[in-house]
Amino acid sequence: MNSKKYLSFFRITFSSGIQYRAALGGTVTQFAWGSMNLLLYKAFYATDAAKFPMSFEALSSYIWLQQAFISMLFLWFLDNEIFNLIRNGNVAYELVRPLNLYNMWFIKSVATRLAKVVLRCFPILIIAYLLPSPYGLSLPVDLFSFIYFLITLFLALMVVCAFCMLIYITTFYTLNPSGVRFITLSLTEFLTGAIIPIPFFPEGFKKIIELTPFSSMQNIPLRVYSGDLSGFEMYKGISLQIFWLVTLIVIGKLWMKKALKKTVIQGG
Amino acid sequence: MKLYLKFFIIHLKSQMQYKTSFFLLFIGQFLTSFSVFLGVYFMFERFNNVEGFTFAEVLLCFSIVLMAFSIAECFARGFDTFTTIISNGEFDRIMVRPQNEILLVLASKIDLSRIGRFLQALIVLAYTIPASGISWSWDKILLLIIMVTSGSIIFSGLFVIYASICFYTTQGLEFMNIFTDGGREFGRYPFSIYGKEILRFFTFVIPLALFQYYPFLYLIEKSNNIFYFLFPLVGCIFILPCLLFWKTGVKHYKSTGS
Repeated sequence: MNSKKYLSFFRITFSSGIQYRAALGGTVTQFAWGSMNLLLYKAFYATDAAKFPMSFEALSSYIWLQQAFISMLFLWFLDNEIFNLIRNGNVAYELVRPLNLYNMWFIKSVATRLAKVVLRCFPILIIAYLLPSPYGLSLPVDLFSFIYFLITLFLALMVVCAFCMLIYITTFYTLNPSGVRFITLSLTEFLTGAIIPIPFFPEGFKKIIELTPFSSMQNIPLRVYSGDLSGFEMYKGISLQIFWLVTLIVIGKLWMKKALKKTVIQGG
Repeated sequence: MKLYLKFFIIHLKSQMQYKTSFFLLFIGQFLTSFSVFLGVYFMFERFNNVEGFTFAEVLLCFSIVLMAFSIAECFARGFDTFTTIISNGEFDRIMVRPQNEILLVLASKIDLSRIGRFLQALIVLAYTIPASGISWSWDKILLLIIMVTSGSIIFSGLFVIYASICFYTTQGLEFMNIFTDGGREFGRYPFSIYGKEILRFFTFVIPLALFQYYPFLYLIEKSNNIFYFLFPLVGCIFILPCLLFWKTGVKHYKSTGS
């Protein structure tokens, strides 16, 4: 019964998210962005191929998938509606509903991110696939690695949303979220491998980052796809993803409960 | 000019009303570009050079572009957020005022938190000036100043184009970001490393390389060509077609009616 409610809530958010943003301009931008990035790495590759931490094909796939799933996996794409709800007091209406606030917002985040990606990913994926090797998006090695890619992608989306929930919850305390949000995001986005992929980090630093939730976001699925992460390392990655997902959700739920106890609704 | 100064002081005062918020945004700006810097640093931890450019040389390039961009962004931000001015009908009010509309758009938004980026650029530059091993003669110091000035003019030109497009579409076109934000992001490395075609594109179409690449070669003593001094000056001319485009846009302007 309960899960049916959440399911229809998911459906509503998803279909309203899919309404607008016929995003041709976005595709052009992302394609240019991806190409420039690849040309940059190509220059480094040409300078010293031996120091490249992954194969160039794997990197190409990484960059194109990153562009295709950008609105799903990047922390930046937070839901402004949720911030506004908290700030203008409409969160009161949300609390009246017979749904758990954490679950509702979590589902809302997942649905919004999925809706954005469904519109945006295919043009990029198709064009990238048509590019000549080694610059294009290669096909997954086999069916299994593709299935693992989908699993880790899904887990990554969940971890991203669970982390973003923590940012939403801080809004209960600060009211003006832009500052906190801006600082948290500019610190963490780098650690997820958004600017340079985690394999390019210096060894010692990489070892630490790989244990944090940040490496469980875009890093794992984008590398599983190309086979750069496979076997034992991949299973380790998946376990870490699950571990962080559970941990972040538990922290989020407890914290939200605490925050709601002391919440003062901003007048009407 | 006097009027602009007045606007400037008003903006300064209003932003100082929310000191914490301003300060946090300022730090945020700083950290965003810091993460880009970290990206460059990590790449050079692994690779010693890229196509012959050393870490210090790339940092010099990085700081010049970032500085030029942050100056342009601080002052020409009105053009960057022009979509809102068009869509909420604010531009009608600007049109009826007895002042040049460019001045008024410029003055409509002066975002001082952008100094966060500028500060970053300044720190990196301060580190690079001795670290790059360049012998800083007067001509080079002059060239550095010309490069930054020219760069901020070219970036402002791009913001003006971005705004002018709004006259026709009432919406900003996302692909312009490739040249503004993209110019900043990818301009952290000399444009030549992206290949000949890209360099040509950024020379003849979007003339960012005129201030970022050619004079830079002279600066780091990779070239003796004294003519490279002229390139950033030529780049400044780019603002003219941008302003022309703006003028035709203003003529074409129909209010959105709200």
